Amino acid sequence: MQGFDLAVFLAVFLEMMGTILWVLVALAVVGLAGFLAVVWCERTVVSRRLLRAEVIGVIGGFAALALMAYVTVSGFTDAGGPVDWLLIGIIWGMGLVGTTILAYAAMGLWDMARGRCVARRAR
Amino acid sequence: MDPRDTSPGGPGLDRRALLKLGAAAPVVAAATASGVRPARAARRVETRARIVIVGAGAAGLATASRLAERLDGATITLVDARKRHLYQPGFTLVAAGLKPRDYPISSTSKYVHRGVDWIEEAAAEIDPDAGKVVTASGREVAYDYLVVAAGIHLDYAALDGMEVERIGRDGLGSHYHGPEAAYATWQAMSRFVDEGGTGLFLRPATEMKCAGAPLKYTFLTDDRMRQRGTRGKANIVYAAHSASLFSVPIVHEKVRMLFDDRGFDVRYNHVMTGIDLVKKEVVFDTPDGPQAVGYDFVNVIPPMRAAPVVRNSPLPWQSGKWARDGWVEADKHTLRHPRYPNVFAVGDVAGVPKGKTAASVKWQVPVAVDHIVADIAGTTSDAAYDGYTSCPLITQMGRAMLIEFDYNNNLTPSFPGVVAPLEELWITWVMKTIALKPTYIAMLRGDA
Repeated sequence: MQGFDLAVFLAVFLEMMGTILWVLVALAVVGLAGFLAVVWCERTVVSRRLLRAEVIGVIGGFAALALMAYVTVSGFTDAGGPVDWLLIGIIWGMGLVGTTILAYAAMGLWDMARGRCVARRAR
Repeated sequence: MDPRDTSPGGPGLDRRALLKLGAAAPVVAAATASGVRPARAARRVETRARIVIVGAGAAGLATASRLAERLDGATITLVDARKRHLYQPGFTLVAAGLKPRDYPISSTSKYVHRGVDWIEEAAAEIDPDAGKVVTASGREVAYDYLVVAAGIHLDYAALDGMEVERIGRDGLGSHYHGPEAAYATWQAMSRFVDEGGTGLFLRPATEMKCAGAPLKYTFLTDDRMRQRGTRGKANIVYAAHSASLFSVPIVHEKVRMLFDDRGFDVRYNHVMTGIDLVKKEVVFDTPDGPQAVGYDFVNVIPPMRAAPVVRNSPLPWQSGKWARDGWVEADKHTLRHPRYPNVFAVGDVAGVPKGKTAASVKWQVPVAVDHIVADIAGTTSDAAYDGYTSCPLITQMGRAMLIEFDYNNNLTPSFPGVVAPLEELWITWVMKTIALKPTYIAMLRGDA
């Protein structure tokens, strides 16, 4: 068993994507910050919006799988063992969670921009 | 140009990049752990030592980068005329039509560490008694330490009738020759996949780089035919040079079962000696004498030897099985030359069992570097290379087996119980197609 550390992990990701890595990290941070800002502003998670975001997230999960299949010139029909199904689940899950957060943040910020900060207005 | 300030070519803010961020994390974890040992955090050693590295391929560049990180004030000099750097593990993918022709090609200058001098000339002579290397122009470069990383020589001239300029025509393939030949091989293989006939695959009897590649390419050709629905029109013959398909017995058994499953016609103890490009026949030396096997498509893999500059020096083994082909004599655990203690051999040219892969380079280089640095610092090093290497053995498009083993033919899986070494898995394929090249590039820079 060989170990590896975060520096190696980061170096490989940098080689894989170059400066785009930082753009994507920034996008993730902005998305998460936007999500937290919306939740903080509204003091609640709006279930109707969350539901819509989750529906989009499910699509995002499948889109991540489709894109992975395209990039690797293969598909999940090539799964040959449990670890493959685990990887497929991770890809789908990451696509779902990422897209859900981004979608919720985008919809929430859109509502806020239009002066519809639900919870505060209710006060 | 700052040699370290280079983004990998290609990626823009596109869907691929977006996907890779999310999906590649577990795969990169697997890839980095399966071939990469973390850089040893160590204090830089001050020295005026002169270190010459012959060869600026994967082993030479990685050695230079690591030495530059570990030493302060040393003169580190790479000697190599090749301006192109070739990611050789990509040749198989190009030859199978999975990656474009330029996929393996980049420039050496991108990876030369800023603390390293690069003499863009071939080494013409190595004189370890005088402690110097002579370049093609006659320039003498003296050294205190020498690292031989001169790579491998593809000895096509040893095959009667072989003409490398005809690769890609008349069913002749040879994907080891370079990226252009790999692409031409893909064109020849693609025609064979459409038309059918006899596909002939083989490997040389010499030591060779990436001994899994001939097997992978056989599997990939078979899979291409199955995808196009033409497998029934072809007979696939695999000519093994010995009584085994792979040097690790347990892997041989697995490959034998897979070959049987795919319906390959396996011929053991067949060593290619020549080819008739007009009659389309390969001549083999067999226990029953010379035998000719006809083909409609053949992937020729020539005998491999140490580069002439190494063979013509005092450095190769003087006796034993590695003497004839000129592999550099080296202790298999320290990579140090027993007769010239200030000389080390890393990469394909090293006369050690197994280990002519990029994964071997990754494990050999830190060991050799640690011993050089210890010598300079006046200490000792207990770093030892155990023969670890890895081979993502593709068995079809979309699946591969992550084979990892050591000098003792032990399987050394990085993820026991998770990524099974003899199981055809998608995760291993994903690793091979998107994660290994970035890992390799990081290795060249001494970062992985």
